[in-house]
Amino acid sequence: MAEKTALAIIGGGPAGLAAAAAAYDCGIRDITVFERDNGLGGILNQCIHNGFGLHTFGEELTGPEYAARFIEKVRERGINCETGSMVLSISPDREITVVSKAKGLRVIKADAVVLAMGCRERPRGALNIPGFRPQGIYTAGTAQKLVNCEGYLPGKEVVILGSGDIGLIMARRMTLEGAHVKAVAELMPYSGGLKRNIVQCLDDYGIPLLLSHTVVDIKGKRKLEGVTIAEVDGTGTPIAGTEQYYECDTLLLSCGLIPENELSLTAGIKINGMTNGPEVDDRLTTSAEGIFACGNVLHVHDLVDFVSEEAERAGRNAARFITGEGAKKNSPDIHRLIAGNGVRYTVPCTVDTANTDGELHIRFRVRNVYKGCRITVSADSGVIVSKKKRITVPSEMEDVIIKPDMLAAVAGDITVSIEEESV
Amino acid sequence: MKYDAVIIGAGVTGCAAARELSRYELKILVIDRESDVCEGTSKANSAIIHAGFDAEPGTLKAQLNVKGNAMMTALAGELDIPFRRVGAMVVCYEESELPKLGELLSRGERNGVEGLKILGRDEALALEPNLADDVYAALYAPTSGIVCPFEMTLAFAENAYRNGAEFMLSAEVTGIEKTADGFTVNTTKGTVEADCVINCAGVYADKIHDMICEHSFSITPRRGEYLLLDKNAGKTVSRTIFQLPTKMGKGILVSPTAHGNLLLGPTAEDTDDREFTATTREGLDSVKKKSALSVKNIPYGQVITSFSGLRATGSTHDFIIREDDKVKGFIDAAGIESPGLTSAPAIALYIRDIVSGIIPLKEKADFDPVRKGIPKLASMPAEERAELIKQRPDYGQIVCRCEQISEGEILDSIERPLGATTLDGVKRRVRAGMGRCQAGFCSPKVIDMLAEKQGISYGGVKKNG
Repeated sequence: MAEKTALAIIGGGPAGLAAAAAAYDCGIRDITVFERDNGLGGILNQCIHNGFGLHTFGEELTGPEYAARFIEKVRERGINCETGSMVLSISPDREITVVSKAKGLRVIKADAVVLAMGCRERPRGALNIPGFRPQGIYTAGTAQKLVNCEGYLPGKEVVILGSGDIGLIMARRMTLEGAHVKAVAELMPYSGGLKRNIVQCLDDYGIPLLLSHTVVDIKGKRKLEGVTIAEVDGTGTPIAGTEQYYECDTLLLSCGLIPENELSLTAGIKINGMTNGPEVDDRLTTSAEGIFACGNVLHVHDLVDFVSEEAERAGRNAARFITGEGAKKNSPDIHRLIAGNGVRYTVPCTVDTANTDGELHIRFRVRNVYKGCRITVSADSGVIVSKKKRITVPSEMEDVIIKPDMLAAVAGDITVSIEEESV
Repeated sequence: MKYDAVIIGAGVTGCAAARELSRYELKILVIDRESDVCEGTSKANSAIIHAGFDAEPGTLKAQLNVKGNAMMTALAGELDIPFRRVGAMVVCYEESELPKLGELLSRGERNGVEGLKILGRDEALALEPNLADDVYAALYAPTSGIVCPFEMTLAFAENAYRNGAEFMLSAEVTGIEKTADGFTVNTTKGTVEADCVINCAGVYADKIHDMICEHSFSITPRRGEYLLLDKNAGKTVSRTIFQLPTKMGKGILVSPTAHGNLLLGPTAEDTDDREFTATTREGLDSVKKKSALSVKNIPYGQVITSFSGLRATGSTHDFIIREDDKVKGFIDAAGIESPGLTSAPAIALYIRDIVSGIIPLKEKADFDPVRKGIPKLASMPAEERAELIKQRPDYGQIVCRCEQISEGEILDSIERPLGATTLDGVKRRVRAGMGRCQAGFCSPKVIDMLAEKQGISYGGVKKNG
């Protein structure tokens, strides 16, 4: 006979913790958080730099401090957290198979599930970088764990490929630990990370950022000896003759994060090809009834503050589902959200305007750098919201908030698009 | 220290030979320059148990391929090797190529391959819906299979060890001398004496041969590059799909692996650098382009890693397995290119027969042919898994999340005989770090375990070598 829980939360990082606390505050008491690591807090535990919490708490916290606030919330509420517990699969009717050292292999039936598994880094193999496969190549997050949690500096002469935020943070971190970061190469003509990280982590330390550059060869059979970096053309193809050799013992990769949805696939959940996360409605419900998603498993966020906010909404809506206040199925007022001109994706993918979850938060990323532009949200019934932006970049998530009353009269699909305006 | 047989090279050939010879009252030593077994060609190949239609009838390759293939089912059971006889197809693209398929079929039949038949487009598609649109016909070989080459090599080594064979790793052979009653083998770790020396040195087999024998063959490493895709792409095909060799060269295969990934490759490029196991942009691009000729819907976005291996291509174009004419007691097992992995069990028997002409062989009373692998919890039925975790709770603590490998399995891989000493060693034994994140999440913990178990510093743990 399977065990039962009202709400199962998969992941005890920032998303899972915020979802758990929010569901509790909506009256759900039988909550279980499953965390595969031996402690709560997720990836924040290795993010010992500050800059977290400006939006949520109005102050700058380190990652562990930010996590501690939410761990405290969960503890205060007496929410059951099972650490060292890895969920292996979820059936479409929410039977969860979980394994742990303490309790062995179990099946637990949940009334609702919140997916909060986070994301992983794109490994070297997925980048198709040719060359040898020596010791000394790490994803930036792995290096962050080695330096910050294990107290081990993996190398002294460092090159970083990719300008994702973790890579930028690690450029500074390795420098502070005494390593020499020679360059950060970025395939795209723009940075993959936040502007503030470029300034605070590269510029302040004189670390060059080579835009439109990539690693084309890796030397060293057993230990990394060096990498060759070349400039790329508009299609990302290396330009012959621009190769430059950098002697180094460490190559860090910060080339994108991938939402970790292998579990979601076991539940048959529909995945959005753009975000690599589940397709969700405005209540963050996936295509599987009673299964919600939030945080980096849904789409990769720039700031943990936004993860917490989104996760609280997922927790609230999971609670509403359990208490039977869920959205009616086949409502005539379900509108699709379409990623229009210049927009890569939107979260959510649909909204039920007759049954909203308060304000509609549309989060999206743009395809390119747009200067002096206008973001427009429109439907067949006309323009819903339109706002000017000085600049938008793919590395910074955009959002538009639409008030419930503005949604009432909407007809047809809702399209989010961006247009550059002539200055 | 005097051994009856010293085997140079702990790849699949050397380890299979060691295991076979360990049935007899012999003192055996396997020497390898690397810190682990399976560090050369055996770890970077197509992982196919070939049916045997490819080799020229009458060659040693043809004979040992078919024999080795036939031995695999029993061997996989005895040694607990992941092996599946999934079958293979060789596809062609136009009617004019049909005679070539027919040639392969008759060659296969002459070699003794069973069950070969030509399938029309529709029959082939019924079996493999993702065959490319312009596939015209296919040769079907039901006896072809897929194997885990790491575990196959390790299984031979572990079982040989269990039956008394010794291993000297991280020892490079620097010279071999003939003595009055045998050989002296000099290594970077010291000197050993042997009645007979068996050269299983892969891409260095000619160098080892030339240390004591007259030059009679050479090895040209032939580099092959591969792409490995996520398990989510593993069902793109159910069988190994070969292309008919054309003037443009031997085609690229598309195959599921024994663990459910999808493998594409190899390229074929001769090199004179015996250490050149790097991949190249051109090579990886060509694997993508050519694999798409035979199979459609390959999700190239799901590549998780790429690698390259060196086939030990001999100048005679056949396996060279013989006692040297002049230097009696020195046995070559050289030029072991494809189908070397498939042939390994048969090569071992062939070597045993040669050895029996040098040293009288007496079977051991207590030879144990059975080797039990590390339990694979992720692929176990739930009840069995639950029961095992009750007995060993650390089998419930997942360390490698992508492959669902537990702390207990990793511990086993380090603690067992000939256990892992490096990250790659753990990876080859239990697949921790072999999945889609490529060790991003689990390596700090695995390093920690390796450091603790070996009593070395965190920074002292190596990826390989």
